[in-house]
Amino acid sequence: MSKTKFSTIKDLLGEDYVVPGTPLCAGCGALVILRLFHKVLGGRVVWVNAAGCVTLMMVYPFAPLKSSWMYTAMACAPAGAQGIRDALDILIEKGRIPIEEDLKVVVVTGDGAANDIGLQSTSGAIHRGLDFYYLCYDNEAFGNTGFQYSAATPYGSRTATSPPTPLIPEGYRGKKKDLFEIWRAHKPPYVATISPSHPTDVVRKIEKAEKYRGPKLFISLSPCQPGWLIDTMNAIKVAKLAVETGVWPLKEAVYGEVRHTFIPRRLKPVEEYLKIQGRFSHLFYPVKRDDVIAKIQSEVEEYWRAVYAREIGKEDASIS
Amino acid sequence: MMRTKLISELKPRREITPTIAGAKMMTGNVAAAWAARLAEVDYIPAYPITPQTEIVETLSQWIALGEMNAKLTFLDSEHSMLTAAGTGSLTGARVFTATSSQGLLYGFEMLYNIAGWRAPIVLVNVSRAVAAPITLEPDHNDFLSTRDTGFILLQTETCQEVLDLILLAYRVSEDYRVLLPSIVNLDGFHLSFTREPVKLPEVEEVRSFLPRYNPPYPFRASKPSAKGVAVLRPPLYSFYKYQMHLSSLNAIKVFKEACDEFEAYFGRRYDVVEKYMVDDAEYVIVMMGSFTSIGKKAVKMMREEGLSIGLLKLRIVRPFPVQDIRRALEGKKAVAVIDQNISPGFGGTLYAEVSSALYNVEKKPKVILPVIGGIGGKTLSLDEFRYIVELMKKYQEGGEPEPILLFREDELREVESLLKIGVGG
Repeated sequence: MSKTKFSTIKDLLGEDYVVPGTPLCAGCGALVILRLFHKVLGGRVVWVNAAGCVTLMMVYPFAPLKSSWMYTAMACAPAGAQGIRDALDILIEKGRIPIEEDLKVVVVTGDGAANDIGLQSTSGAIHRGLDFYYLCYDNEAFGNTGFQYSAATPYGSRTATSPPTPLIPEGYRGKKKDLFEIWRAHKPPYVATISPSHPTDVVRKIEKAEKYRGPKLFISLSPCQPGWLIDTMNAIKVAKLAVETGVWPLKEAVYGEVRHTFIPRRLKPVEEYLKIQGRFSHLFYPVKRDDVIAKIQSEVEEYWRAVYAREIGKEDASIS
Repeated sequence: MMRTKLISELKPRREITPTIAGAKMMTGNVAAAWAARLAEVDYIPAYPITPQTEIVETLSQWIALGEMNAKLTFLDSEHSMLTAAGTGSLTGARVFTATSSQGLLYGFEMLYNIAGWRAPIVLVNVSRAVAAPITLEPDHNDFLSTRDTGFILLQTETCQEVLDLILLAYRVSEDYRVLLPSIVNLDGFHLSFTREPVKLPEVEEVRSFLPRYNPPYPFRASKPSAKGVAVLRPPLYSFYKYQMHLSSLNAIKVFKEACDEFEAYFGRRYDVVEKYMVDDAEYVIVMMGSFTSIGKKAVKMMREEGLSIGLLKLRIVRPFPVQDIRRALEGKKAVAVIDQNISPGFGGTLYAEVSSALYNVEKKPKVILPVIGGIGGKTLSLDEFRYIVELMKKYQEGGEPEPILLFREDELREVESLLKIGVGG
């Protein structure tokens, strides 16, 4: 990536727009990503939110953000962004407000809102070419309501509505919806996956996206301590393992053209990622479910085989 | 030699509008579009639905021709449309939008939000009965379903009233004593597609009557603000809801003030209710919307026959004009409320509201007759009005009236013949 203000993690110091003392869980992945977004975009931002964990960051009368905030409803944050963008555009065009008062419009929602109930309004906004950012923090379930499975829940996860039982030993039997591909199919200027474990990758992607007018869309893995049943101190470690095992690929697509921004030379076994999370503990205790783990492993390998072949001309993924 | 015309040479088709005594012939939909144009709205989020579509088609055409300077965006649904309307208003734009029936219900969640955000948009609802069964014909169930949302609700009888009440709605909604959105309702087909003479005010005069919207705390880079935030303390929630209620009540006074000024500017007189031969009447029919014109004709006819009857038209439904209804109806022998809506298992919405307004009045009418009619596009005939008066007289002698479901013999015969085809025998 050429010309970045963010060569190393030290370049991320700068001004913080999220003040200490938010009511979100300690070490919440969404909060880490939100802070990084704000550092790159600066303070002239209006966040447009749909129902989810981050909604509870702003509970009257406390506002830990130095920027503006608009809570809409679960299904329609991108439509809320459209209204703000359109109104700013026409008021600036009519000379009623100076250009200095303009704001960057950033949608922030969880995976629950992004994958299903809000998909129609997102598709509409992308199709209309709305000039906005979308940050989906993906904790792979309806976290705010107590961790029920969502369309983003991966195979094998324990959730409040997919408890592992003798009848259904693997927990969640469905498959994670591929939101990246759904968004990419609209051929927006920029779509990327990101992870709080790779902050320079995150900020460089936001920096790159800023150059484009139109939809700039991000899906971030978001470790969720109470839902994933992990220790706060392990949140970033888990996110890092998700990337290193290949479970969470870091990639971007510019006008639909995909490129992976981090290609592991050797994939760590998915077991390393699974075994430190309580939501997958039923795959290890009381009986180790090698069949389920192998299925997860093989899906990851299948994905990377295609990536290696396409992007580095290598036939097989090397598995350590 | 034949020459193919270039696209640029083709002139956009203009509507031919004959002028009658300073008025132009236009449909209720076009009158609604004219109101948006004259109010110089900044932003129109839109989505098509019958019978409202002509409004956004007309606005699209004007904007495409450069005759109107507003941002028009077609959204992916009415839910998104209403969301964008609300957030656009909170950013400081004057916002206009329109829908009908299923569209209104699809976006319903956002009505409560827009009102709670105190975003003073004007939404035109072209009323159409709600599915199932699916239909295109009008009644007031869609409109009245919004009565608890916090919107100011206005109801129209003529195409002129459509235009005028939209202008008045902006005045009332944007007043800081109110700061609540409005719905202006017009009956599908009967007003939406019926051409009537409409006097168009001059844009300069409208600008003077309706100055530019001055939003209290719009989204601006220099002044960060948080809107729509959660309140988790129950007293806070109650506080905000009470504020909305009290602000809505203010709208009666604000509407009346605006009507005085409107008359001074444009010469047409409005009030929260319209009394037609009410003052000296013993019997009064209460109703609203375009069918009021039929009601007035029936009243006039029965007056000529010597009956002491009048008609009270409701122009505003929220806030409910309790005092005006009380003063108009106290001392009457009997009142009939015609509801063009139905709450299955109870009856009509307006009947309950009018009755509650009158219950504590000392000289309350002896009879308040609940009548359901004009549902799903079914018309009201002069004979039915005569029948209603007969019932008012009958119940004055005694008895406890149940909701009267109007259904004429010719309509029953029509239904029977259709049922025969439908069930095959």
